This record gives sequence, C-alpha cells and structure tokens, in this order.
Amino acid sequence: MNRLKQAVIDFGWPRIIIFLFVVALFIGAPFVNVRVDSSFTDVFNRFGQNAVLVLALVPMVQAGCGLNFGLPVGIIAGLLGSTLAMEFGLVGWAGFLGAIGLAIPFAAAFGFAYGVLLNKVKGEEMTIAMYVGFSIVTFFAILWLLLPYSSPNMVWGYAGRGLRTTITLEGYWGRILNDFLAVRIGENFQFPTGMILFVILLTVLTGIFFRSKTGTAMTAVGSNPDFARAGGVSADRMRLTSVVLSTVIGAVGILVYQQSFGFIQIYNAPLFMAFPAVAALLIGGASVNKASMLNVIVGTFLFQSILTMTPSVINSVLQTDMSEVIRILISNGMILYALTRKTKVTK
Amino acid sequence: MSKTFDVRKLLADNLVVVIFLVITAFAVPVSGLSAQFIIQELLTRIGRNAFLVFSLLLPIMAGMGINFGMVLGAMAGEIGLIVAVDWGILGVNGLALAALVGMPVAVILGWLAGEVLNRAKGREMVTGYILGFFMDGVYQLIVLYMMGSIIPIRSPAITLSRGYGIRNTLGLDSVRQSLDTLLAVRIGPYVLPMATYIVIAFLCLFILWFRRTKLGQDMRAIGQDQGVSHSAGIAVERTRIIAIVISTVLAMIGQIIFLQNMGNMATYNAHKQTGFFAAAALLVGGASVSKATIPNVFVGVVLLHLMYIVMPRAGAQLFGQAQIGEFFRDALSYAAIAMALVIYAWRKRANAEKARAGLRGGQAAGGAK
Repeated sequence: MNRLKQAVIDFGWPRIIIFLFVVALFIGAPFVNVRVDSSFTDVFNRFGQNAVLVLALVPMVQAGCGLNFGLPVGIIAGLLGSTLAMEFGLVGWAGFLGAIGLAIPFAAAFGFAYGVLLNKVKGEEMTIAMYVGFSIVTFFAILWLLLPYSSPNMVWGYAGRGLRTTITLEGYWGRILNDFLAVRIGENFQFPTGMILFVILLTVLTGIFFRSKTGTAMTAVGSNPDFARAGGVSADRMRLTSVVLSTVIGAVGILVYQQSFGFIQIYNAPLFMAFPAVAALLIGGASVNKASMLNVIVGTFLFQSILTMTPSVINSVLQTDMSEVIRILISNGMILYALTRKTKVTK
Repeated sequence: MSKTFDVRKLLADNLVVVIFLVITAFAVPVSGLSAQFIIQELLTRIGRNAFLVFSLLLPIMAGMGINFGMVLGAMAGEIGLIVAVDWGILGVNGLALAALVGMPVAVILGWLAGEVLNRAKGREMVTGYILGFFMDGVYQLIVLYMMGSIIPIRSPAITLSRGYGIRNTLGLDSVRQSLDTLLAVRIGPYVLPMATYIVIAFLCLFILWFRRTKLGQDMRAIGQDQGVSHSAGIAVERTRIIAIVISTVLAMIGQIIFLQNMGNMATYNAHKQTGFFAAAALLVGGASVSKATIPNVFVGVVLLHLMYIVMPRAGAQLFGQAQIGEFFRDALSYAAIAMALVIYAWRKRANAEKARAGLRGGQAAGGAK
C-alpha cells in the first residue's frame, strides 16, 4: 500500500487526473455519438505527427539543459530542408528523404551555435532558449520573403517571389509515411503504419544512443555534473552534443509533422510549437531534468488523445466549444506543475 | 559585484541600446516620415506604454528577473474595463471604476503568482511566462463562458449573439482617451496628454519613495542575496510576494491606461503581447535582468517605439514590402530580450566562477572567456 502511495506521489496527481480524463473521454465517446474508430484514427495520426517533436526534447533534458523551449531552432532547419527539396523539384520518397538530408546539415550547424550559446548561460537555459526560438522564427520570417525561391508552387502568385504562408505538399510527399503500408479496417479506421514505424525507429535509435557510452555520459552530466567531471566527462561537450542532437531530431520531427499534416507552415507558425511538445513530454511523466522514451510515447499519446477527443466529446456534452480552453489549461498547467516541483535545479 | 571589468561591463550593459540606436538612426531617414509625425507619435506612445513598463521595476529590484507574469495584471485591468463598459460609466469615472474593480482581482492574481514563483526559485522568468499562458486559459473561461451566464452582464451590446461571453472586440467608446484628453495641452503643433503624464509622474515619485522604505530596502537586499537577507531576519518569501502583487496591480492600471488610449479592446488578445512589449522596452532602454532604473523605462519606450513607428515604412521603402519591416522589428525586439538575458546569465556565471577561483586560491582570473 505504501509503495503504491509512493508510486502515485512520484507519478504526480496532475498526470493521474489527466490519465483518468482521457479514459473518461474514450468511455464517454460512444454515448454522445462520437465514433470511436474514427477518433482512434485521428489519435494515431496526431500521435505519429507529433511524437518526433516530443522526442527531440529528450536529449537536452537528459543532459541537464532543461526543457528545450528553443525547439523552433530545429523546426526552422526542417523548414529549410523541405522548402529547398521542393525548390529542387524532388517528389515522393526522394522528396521526403531529400528534405531530411538537406535539413540535417542546417540543424547541426544551428544546433552547434545554439549549444555554444546555452553553454555560456547555464542555469538560465529555459528562458533564453525560448527567446532564441522566438528570435530565429521572426528572423527567418524575413528570409522567407527575401530568399530567391522560385518554384511556382511555393511563392505568391502575383508577386512571383516570397514564400506563401502555407505551402501544400500535395504532389510532393504529402502523407507519404502515413500511407506507407497503411492498414484500413472498416470504413472509418486507418492505421498510419509507415509513420508509426518511423516514430518507433527513431525512438529505438535514440534509446540505443542513450545506452551507448556517449549517451550514458550525457545522462551523467545531467544528473550530476560534478560527478561526471570527476569521471573524466566534459560537461560542456556533452551538453553541446545534446543540443545538436535535439535540434537535428527537431528538424526531422517537423518534416514528419508536415508530411502528415499535408502543408508546410512558415512565417510565425513555428513560434509556439515548442509548448505543446513540452507539455506532452511532461504529461508522459518526465520532469525538468529526467525524461525517457516511455515518457515520450505515453505523453504524446495522452496529450494528443485529449486534443482529439475534447472537441468532439466535451462539445457534445456541454453544447459549446470549450476544447481550446481545456487545451490551454491542461498543457500550461502541466508545464507549471513541472517547473514548480521541488527538484534539484541544475546549475 | 566587483568593479574590475568596468569597461567591458559598461559596454555589455549598453550593447543592446547601442545596437538599437544605430539601426533606428539608419531607419528614420529611410522611412521618410516627418519629424513632426514621429514626435507626436512618440509623445502619445510614452503616455500609452510607460506605465506598463514601470510595473516591471519592483520584481527586478527583488531579484526575480523580468516579471512576465505581469500579463495577469493586464487581464485584471481588462476585466475592470469590461465591467466599466457594461455599467455604462463614462469618461474618467469609468476608468476609475475599472481600476477599482480590477484592484482586488489584481491583488489576488498577484498573490497567487507570487506563491507560484516562490516555488520556482531560480527559474522565475520562464515560470512567470507559462503562468501567463495558463491564466490566459482561466481568463477565457471566465470572460468567454461565465460572463453573461454565471456573472451577470447587463448590456447585450457587448455579449456575443449566443447570449453569453464577451465579444471579440470591445468598443471602449464610453471611456476612449478620457484620461488623455482630460488635460490635453497644446505646445506648438504637438498635443501632450498631460493628465496621463501626471499619473506617470506620480508613479515615478511612488517608486522613488518606495525604494527608501523599509520594504523597498528589504527587496533590494533580497535581490542581492536571499540567504543573507534571510539570516538578517527579512521575510524573503513574503517580500517577494509583495513585489509581485505591486507589480501586478501596476500592470492592471497600466493596461487600463493603454487601452483607453487605443479606444478598442481585443478581448482575448489584448494582453498577449503586453509582457513582450514591456520587457523589450525596458531591456532596450539599457536595463538588465538585475538592475533597472526610471530613466531605462523612458529611454526604452522612446527607442522601441521609434523603431516600431519607422520600421514598416523603412521596410516598404527599402524592399517594397512593409511586411519585411514588421518582421524585422519583431525579430529585433525578440533578439534584444534574448541578448539582454544572455548578457545577464553570462555575467552571473562569470562572477560565480571568479568567486570559486578565489576560493581555490585565486590563481585563475575567472571564467570570462
């Protein structure tokens, strides 16, 4: 009994409430004429769509850099990758893989600069990360207008230059992962096998990385920097590696997101993309300085279930659209809870 | 704080200001706007924004960094204004009523924010920022769903057609610019909103006086060192809460002044950028995360808004697109905040390493790489 109590305390009441809320949503759905099978389709789609972005947060948390509110740095690299791939006229798998290939060098370079900066500001990473993210998104908004993109599918029709706010991936690589080996059961249920496999692949790779020598050293730096230093691990280098890794996974993450969503969103769209990812990771049981692959999977699944189910279920029950408010309260409430928990602040 | 790195420190302190000055000095002539237009705009905007920026001073003094949770105060001010408009109270009386209604809301929210920030020592800024997001949800819950259904709203003109919830845009005709025009003084071609300026002047006096009080001294002591202050018998947590409460109340009044000048209120968006603008203005004015003065506020408001006035036109002239100028000023403001935060964190760490090197025997000159 005591062990159960301890487990509950460790897991945290907010998470248990959220978990019960999700269960209630799924149980309640059929009673208000919400189709469970199509809901599950949405949940799986959105899970795959967002999971890699959530995964991108893990390396930095593990290395003691805190929650990566600067995820837009990676997202911008991803946007560069996909817009360049489109500009070069790559379609299908060549397009998607080409976008990844083009995005990774940018992500590595941005991540390196970003990591060097974060190493100089230990203890204040999160606030600074947030504003670095905001800065790069707004700065790139200028570049989207000025860079010499010319593909007629991307630029404004009448001006002939400057990228559109949303660019459709129709005819390029829209839903390429989703439809790969997709399993259709009945009329309303489709399982995006390709995307889920891709997510699992990346999660497993990251998991393996954290069992490697470098990965273990990274975790050591995050949990006890002094101890790690005594063990001959360079804290700064490990942190830098974690930031680069985080940024690269973030870039891949937005590409997975785009192909499932079907559109590339630029300009101010990435501004607040880090926050739902952070909320999902925390809902999954991570804290400010500890996160695992399980946290990513559980958290993304729970959070996306809430986002998918509340509009339909709650609206049917209350006859009013309160899903937006519920989303804001749950995601930010979860982040607040994690930030205010008495954990050892890594300095 | 030691005085060994004076020149570097001076440069680092003012780096943000210098960059802003250079860029703006370049953009003003490019924009082609007349000096008269720019000056009039600035005079209006000082009245509109300075009060909000002032609300950030006390938490900085208490060592809590920039109070991004000030948006809670802005929301309280908006709730006050909704009530004032609903009751149909006109002019300055309406503003006074709004402040009166907003006061208890701001005090409660400020106290709450203080409690939350006390649980997040060392990361107050990011916590305050998220708290603002969270409270935005609560604000929507109250204004969009409870007002008109649970909280009685008399005027159907301000409720949504479905019968409850406040409209997305609230016309503030009944109180529009009532404070600004109360004592508008004409000097040459310029109109000065003297009444607003007088309110701001009183606030400056209040802050100057407050610094000398026991409470103000306590706050400064806590800003220097929490541990020592605690040993000296200062109630650290309580004083920090008071700093946030005052900040929230000031932000509440500031938002009312801001909105009466605008004349319209975007019910669900008006407060979203408040914290960003106030923080950017203060930091552009040469304040740091640990030290901010009254001149910083005025310099910052003038510089930031000068840029906001001229940049779209400069962008239009240079690139043929006003949008570029708009993105550019946003990017620059975000970068200014990021840079100020970086300089602060970097210096804090350099000092800590120097102190540690001193303990080791002082052979290393410190971590200022």
